[in-house]
Amino acid sequence: MRMELLVNGDRHALDLDPRTTLLDALRDHLGLTGSKKGCDHGQCGACTVLLNGRRINACLTLAAMHHGDEITTIEGIGSPDALHPLQAAFVTHDGYQCGYCTPGQIVSAAAMLEEARAGWPSHVSVTLDGPVELTDAEISERMSGNLCRCAAYTGINTAIREAAEKTNGDEVPE
Amino acid sequence: MSTSFRMDAPYPRVLDRTAQGVIHRPLDRPEGPLKVTGRATYAAEQALEGQVEGVLVRATVARGRVTGMNDALVRAMPGVLGVFADARFLRNPAQGGAGEAPVQGSTEVFYHGQPVALVVAETFEQARHGAAALALRYEEAEAQLDPETAESVDRPDKRKLDQGDLDAAMADAHAKVDVTYTTPPHHSAAMELHASVAEWTGDRLTLHGSFQMLKYNKAELADALGIPRERVRILSPYVGGGFGSKLGISPEAVAAAIAAHELGRPVRVVMTRQQVFGMTTHRTSTRQRMRLAADAEGHLTAVGHEDRVYNLPGESFSEPTAQSTHFLYSGVNRRLGQEVARVNRTCAGSVRAPGEAVGMLALEGAMDELAHELGLDPIAFRKRNIPDRHPEKDIPYSARRFADCMDEGARLFGWDARNPTPGQLHDGEWLIGHGMAAAARVNMVSASQARVILRPEGTALVETDMTDIGTGTYAILGQIAAEMLGLPIAAVEVRLGDTDLPPAAGSGGSHGASSAGSSVFVACESLRTTLAERLGCAPDDLTLKDGIATGANRRAKFAELLSDGALSEEGHFEPGRTKKEVSQASYGAFFAEVGVNRITGETRVRRMLGTFAAGRILNEKTARSQCQGGMIWGIGAALTEELAFDPRDGHVVNQDLAEYHLPVNLDCPQIEVQLLEERDDMACPIQSKGIGELGISGAGAAVVNAIYNATGARVRDYPATLDKILGGLDD
Repeated sequence: MRMELLVNGDRHALDLDPRTTLLDALRDHLGLTGSKKGCDHGQCGACTVLLNGRRINACLTLAAMHHGDEITTIEGIGSPDALHPLQAAFVTHDGYQCGYCTPGQIVSAAAMLEEARAGWPSHVSVTLDGPVELTDAEISERMSGNLCRCAAYTGINTAIREAAEKTNGDEVPE
Repeated sequence: MSTSFRMDAPYPRVLDRTAQGVIHRPLDRPEGPLKVTGRATYAAEQALEGQVEGVLVRATVARGRVTGMNDALVRAMPGVLGVFADARFLRNPAQGGAGEAPVQGSTEVFYHGQPVALVVAETFEQARHGAAALALRYEEAEAQLDPETAESVDRPDKRKLDQGDLDAAMADAHAKVDVTYTTPPHHSAAMELHASVAEWTGDRLTLHGSFQMLKYNKAELADALGIPRERVRILSPYVGGGFGSKLGISPEAVAAAIAAHELGRPVRVVMTRQQVFGMTTHRTSTRQRMRLAADAEGHLTAVGHEDRVYNLPGESFSEPTAQSTHFLYSGVNRRLGQEVARVNRTCAGSVRAPGEAVGMLALEGAMDELAHELGLDPIAFRKRNIPDRHPEKDIPYSARRFADCMDEGARLFGWDARNPTPGQLHDGEWLIGHGMAAAARVNMVSASQARVILRPEGTALVETDMTDIGTGTYAILGQIAAEMLGLPIAAVEVRLGDTDLPPAAGSGGSHGASSAGSSVFVACESLRTTLAERLGCAPDDLTLKDGIATGANRRAKFAELLSDGALSEEGHFEPGRTKKEVSQASYGAFFAEVGVNRITGETRVRRMLGTFAAGRILNEKTARSQCQGGMIWGIGAALTEELAFDPRDGHVVNQDLAEYHLPVNLDCPQIEVQLLEERDDMACPIQSKGIGELGISGAGAAVVNAIYNATGARVRDYPATLDKILGGLDD
């Protein structure tokens, strides 16, 4: 079936099997392989993308459902020559090893920081009506939907904290 | 030109007198910008002309024969191009370093989940639909599903040791423990799904795959297909985690190659997450009887470590459970042995730190128990039993800062402030405890080759088929070459993961950095000699820094010394006499603080510290990450990870990441790692030792020993889930 996806600001006309997930559309039909497939069941977070600014697992939704939605993938967050502060901090603090979960971690972190700034509570929040203080536990809880088998969590958390301090108040790139 | 080096004797510490100053430094990974922007491409991420999709179909019986299938129906489905079942299919992945195909065939079934067919279609959705529709008929046979009651049990001679009189020493002991620890089946669960894209050009096969040891994988793939190795090329520039599960060629690679050949089009086969759990190698469960005896002064007089593990029939690998028990502690009376039950389960193979990862859980738990029996501090007890010479082979040790690791770690952690009596510290409804355990992992090196090209413009290229599975190979090989050749790190490019490049040791057994690193070192030593000759000085007088050579009062840019073009040198490194003459291992100590909820029995790790000594640290940042990751694997082993096989039909029950509980971010405190300065002259010419597996080797025992200190409940059945702790808590 025909559909139009708006990804990283670019419009793409596609003619896909209706069973195609958003993740497979990005990876296999648009060549945007930065979003990773680690489980295809919404259990690992490696495929995290932004849908109209909010983080979702791209493997858990069909491409056909997103006609006209604004989708941001890791490729839209930054490039090797122009790293987003989160990306630069992941490199500096070795917030990865094999790199496979990394794009999902970074996209997820970008959205997570906005959620925290907006005062959304988490399981470990002391109050439900904010503001949220970005403690170690808050970062860890809010990032626990992104698995890392290399277990680079210490570096991931350090990187997110540093980037949060540097980008305080900045918008997540669309 | 090529230069060979065999590790027969210590080699001068060249890297301590070079001038560039990049070795050891915590430099960023050079491939980092590609990884964090999603531009590093992994095996499945190919879009070849005419590429089609394959989905594997698994057997749903544990033992028997496939007698038929409805393939005609599936072939008629939209987009389906073929249904493949072939005598060359792999029953299971090859074991690490096999270099030949494992058991093959798609008819005889040995375990529930064995790949027996491949459906290929134009699109992934069509192939997945076809695979789901493929119905297999079987003639079932009786399966052996329980390692405790399996009919066939092997007792490998290589695992047997009976020294002195263990029974008499136990009978005469001042204090002793005789306890049984169990560890569950365990899975690597790397984040990247196993994937292969096969493409034929005439009679030559190119395979984009995700593998750890390419020179062996090339031989395994060629052997499986029955073609000469020269016609196979494997590319694995980025590997999304391996942890042992990608050591050997795997079923999807061979199936993709067969289908691609038949169809004349590139075929991609990506395992589903469920297939990864049910079709790749995993770590056996273990049952370990530990017997330790000590005299009144706390000196060990007996060490017994006997275990039962399992594997499929016909697999030579068995978990070397007691590997570090052989050398870690003294005690003249020793009995070690192993039983290998033959069962119809997915193949057992190497998972990060085969041996120590589970053996140390039992040994370090038993050591904690005996220290408690003796009324000794666990560190004092361990230090009292550090042997002067290997207690079985009577050979010396190479560099071994084991005691320093315990002392330094204790100081940093604040070990002296702990209360040694269990159940004394409270924080609201949480019981707080502290535990420690030793870290030890045998050190190995293997043959490895690399080519280094030094160009007149002051740049270098390092080429080898070595892999970087997240371990930091791109970083450290670049650092070794830059340090040796006196080049800024940005002037060195490292190319990996292509079997057309010189064959390397591969990534496995923590031998990669030392082996591949030594091959780069050997090539660079030869290049340095050439530069010294051209400059007109002795090699020992040569100083290379920032692309300038100085020596014997002469000074020249590389451009002048290389006026007739680039220099290319291959370094060939191989193990030698030091492998047998000394006992080599990396050492360390783990410290954990846990909170155990007195109402629910839940354990949370509050703090964790590891202190390690592993020879020269080549990159302080990537080494630290390896240790942190390993320690978190220890948290998983201690608290949550357990692969469950259905006792009725042998299928993997928890075959996804929602049911197999690897540690998530909130399960882990910020992990502290301290690396001690060390050089191991007997290990390799760069004086480094393995560090990739050290962080897991004993880590879980520190957590479970801390649970004991918190609660008085001694859990010997890993993982220490709440049900096992609750029974030991006071009401």
